Amino acid sequence: MTTFLAIIVLILVAIAVWQMTKIFELSQVNADNSQVANDKDNKLNGYLMFAFLVFLYILMIFSMWKWGSFLLGTPASAHGEDYDNLMAISFVLIFIVQFITQALLHYFAFKYRGEEGKKAMFLAHNNKLEVIWSIIPALTLAGLILYGLYNWVSITSIDEDEDPIVIELYAQQFNWKARYAGADNVLGDANVRLIDIAKANVLGIDESDPYAQDDKITTELHLPVGKKVLFKMRSQDVLHSAYMPHFRAQMNCVPGMITQFAFTPTVTTEEMRVDDGIVEKVNTINEIRAEKRAKGMDADPYEFDYLLLCNKICGQSHYNMQMRIVVETEEEYNAWLSEQKTFAASMGKEDTKTETTEAVAQVELVSDEEAKIIGVN
Amino acid sequence: MSGHAHHKETFITKYIFSQDHKMISKQFLITGLLMGVIGIGMSLLFRMQLAWPGESFKIFEVLLGKWAPEGVMDANIYLALVTIHGTIMVFFVLTQGLSGTFSNLLIPLQIGARDMASGFMNMLSYWMFFLSSIIMVSSLFIEAGPAAAGWTIYPPLSALAAAQPGSGLGMTLWLVSMAIFIASSLMGSLNYIVTVINLRTKGMTMTRLPLTIWALFITAVIGVVSFPVLLSAALLLIMDRSFGTSFFLSDIFIGGEVLHYQGGSPVLYEHLFWFLGHPEVYIVLLPALGITSEIIATNSRKPIFGYRAMILSILGIAFLSTIVWGHHMFVSGMNPFLGSVFTFTTLLIAIPSAVKAFNYITTIWKGNLQMNPAMLFSIGLVSTFITGGLTGIILGDSTLDINVHDTYFVVAHFHLVMGISSLYGMFAGIYHWYPKMFGRMLNKNLGYLHFWITAVAAYGVFFPMHFVGLAGVPRRYYDYTNFPLFDELQDTQVVITVFAIIAGFAQLIFLYNFFRSMFYGAPATQNPWKSNTLEWTTPVEHLHGNWPGAIPEVHRWAYDYSKLREDGEYIIPGQDFVPQTVPLIDGEEDSNH
Repeated sequence: MTTFLAIIVLILVAIAVWQMTKIFELSQVNADNSQVANDKDNKLNGYLMFAFLVFLYILMIFSMWKWGSFLLGTPASAHGEDYDNLMAISFVLIFIVQFITQALLHYFAFKYRGEEGKKAMFLAHNNKLEVIWSIIPALTLAGLILYGLYNWVSITSIDEDEDPIVIELYAQQFNWKARYAGADNVLGDANVRLIDIAKANVLGIDESDPYAQDDKITTELHLPVGKKVLFKMRSQDVLHSAYMPHFRAQMNCVPGMITQFAFTPTVTTEEMRVDDGIVEKVNTINEIRAEKRAKGMDADPYEFDYLLLCNKICGQSHYNMQMRIVVETEEEYNAWLSEQKTFAASMGKEDTKTETTEAVAQVELVSDEEAKIIGVN
Repeated sequence: MSGHAHHKETFITKYIFSQDHKMISKQFLITGLLMGVIGIGMSLLFRMQLAWPGESFKIFEVLLGKWAPEGVMDANIYLALVTIHGTIMVFFVLTQGLSGTFSNLLIPLQIGARDMASGFMNMLSYWMFFLSSIIMVSSLFIEAGPAAAGWTIYPPLSALAAAQPGSGLGMTLWLVSMAIFIASSLMGSLNYIVTVINLRTKGMTMTRLPLTIWALFITAVIGVVSFPVLLSAALLLIMDRSFGTSFFLSDIFIGGEVLHYQGGSPVLYEHLFWFLGHPEVYIVLLPALGITSEIIATNSRKPIFGYRAMILSILGIAFLSTIVWGHHMFVSGMNPFLGSVFTFTTLLIAIPSAVKAFNYITTIWKGNLQMNPAMLFSIGLVSTFITGGLTGIILGDSTLDINVHDTYFVVAHFHLVMGISSLYGMFAGIYHWYPKMFGRMLNKNLGYLHFWITAVAAYGVFFPMHFVGLAGVPRRYYDYTNFPLFDELQDTQVVITVFAIIAGFAQLIFLYNFFRSMFYGAPATQNPWKSNTLEWTTPVEHLHGNWPGAIPEVHRWAYDYSKLREDGEYIIPGQDFVPQTVPLIDGEEDSNH
């Protein structure tokens, strides 16, 4: 019933707008029917231009004050700090340029509003000015490009000597899985052609690959703090994107190829939960959720967790394709990982840990090949 | 050849299968406006879902039928609405609706030609556009729903019927519609290029062309260069979908079985798509900027500042626009080195864009601004172009793009810089050239009302949206309630939606004004805005062939507003403008440098 009323109201509003428009138009009994702006229009709209400038300034300041707290806050990865610095510098520049140019535009529109008989200045060009405002943006941008690319290179180049922990992120409509490489830190070969639902080999891991035996598949992503993690991403059906906003990290998962992204988590989940910004955010959220509960809606109290979200349109349940990320100390991480079942165990085989280490030497070539397929860098 | 031939015109040849550029221009405009109503209407529906997720609305039930059981919007139709909204607004409204309208109207009139180089091809271009519109709209009514893979229709989602309902017949219709659309666009563009190059009147050198023509001309060139690439992408996708090829697909397991595809790559599709997709931004934007250049100069009673710099920046933007597409793909899995290159070329585009913005501001400086509705929309365009353009510095930077890619930050950015800006340009053009099209004036007070409500509401929609994006909220999510983290944004979503509804309803004022003025508007005079360009030398009543006598000769550039003689008097005493047809007086130099 309320919705029906809402619709009626909407339709009535539409009719009212139409009718008011008509009345508004008819009420203008006016000798000047040329429909070309006269001094009165120029004056009114000139003042409105000035008012609009004030509106824009208020909007900008209000937004920063009111919605500034939406920002993600303390970055949880090593490169996150550089990322946030670059972002801050860019934003400062943007706001300076925005404040100045909008002021000039709207103030001039107000100041030079037309009057009958006033003469405009004939000014066709001025090479000096034009050179100045080509060069200033060029220099500013050169700085930004250099700083940006410096960061880009350091984020995307993956130094194998650092011996990062290798984890596969596996995407499918509409969930995520993580595959840990196990003691050998090498992921076993896998291809969607090897998927065998009957045997619960859902990631298509090559059962005969010795590297694969100690791999561990999980539905939650645990990361040890302070260790570089190299993610290898796969998708089995459509494009997905592994988006980990708190870590300033994102990479698409593409069927048919392996993509990668690496970062070092620097803040554990426990530490982040007591971070000032996050505490404030969580309090606000819990107030909102308490209100929802009071209205009888389903809203449990919220506790902060890192998240992995899908950020590439992937179908009906794209909006709910998420995985919890837990960053913890190395001991906690090891303890958690040791509880997870190996691939071999889940396939019903004996734990083949010892065999694996022996086999590693023989299949070194395979891993080279895999590196080639991975390609980038 | 004299254009006003003595053949008898029937209703059909005059209003339907017309080969007259002015009639074709009106056909493009009205089709574009109708598509715009559909496109904007869809956005209001999905904005309502975002503000009040899972809420039941009667209007959903009425408009979406089985896609809104008991008035609650279905997740699949949400994605379809988003997809078709994007497609319609980008292609049908802002490409053919904008370019098709104003290229057709202005190119012959402003360069001094009787008509387009090929009237027949021009007519064909419109009717193919019409056909593609019909197919696109009809896809809304099929059993499994319209295409729903986003307006970029990335495979494999768009390629596999098993991936989502919209990837069946709906996607086929989308592809067929777009293939026809591209043919229409190409025929139009080729015609515009040939007309500008060959049919300029005596004295109309390239450096005397109004900036509108420069913008429309270069837009057509970009279209001819990039649209065929989208056509090939669409054709290859059709092959993958229907004939089992593997251009974009490989190693796929879906619906419980492994598919045969091997060796293709979705990344290849992304490259092909954005090879058009990015220039498309400028195909949409340049005509709006050209229109604005003309309107700001005329209404400031001042020459456009830096005419040659404006031409150079159009050329610069056009060239750069074809080598920046990779900035849509920084996190697509392509080689990071390519990301570096595209960051470099992308940020370079800021330079000609900055030149344009500064030149507009300088044009207004010390002018005698006539606040006609067209002028207001032009100033509005400069404002949103700056606000939206500036955040491009963040998105064009591969590093910063990592965390804002595909979030609402992107949505806010491109809606301001190409959506709202181009719509403002289109509105400005309609208010300015309505007298030329229909021989009547639009009501100015309704125009003011339309502008001010839209201007406030548009910022009200898209300014807060930046912050939603910075909070890490992904786009194309049907519902955010599964993420308690985003709970605090719900109020902002409501604010955005309310402003969107206000903005949407404000367009009714325009529609009323537009259709009513056609019949009851104040009759137009020949040159209502006291403009210099050639279109205002034609009679108010439309003639086939435009000028009743000989085509006028051009003696000067288009921007001699408020130009003074040495004795401090206007060139034509008592009149602050000098039409292009007036010969240079003794000792006067053309100012087109």
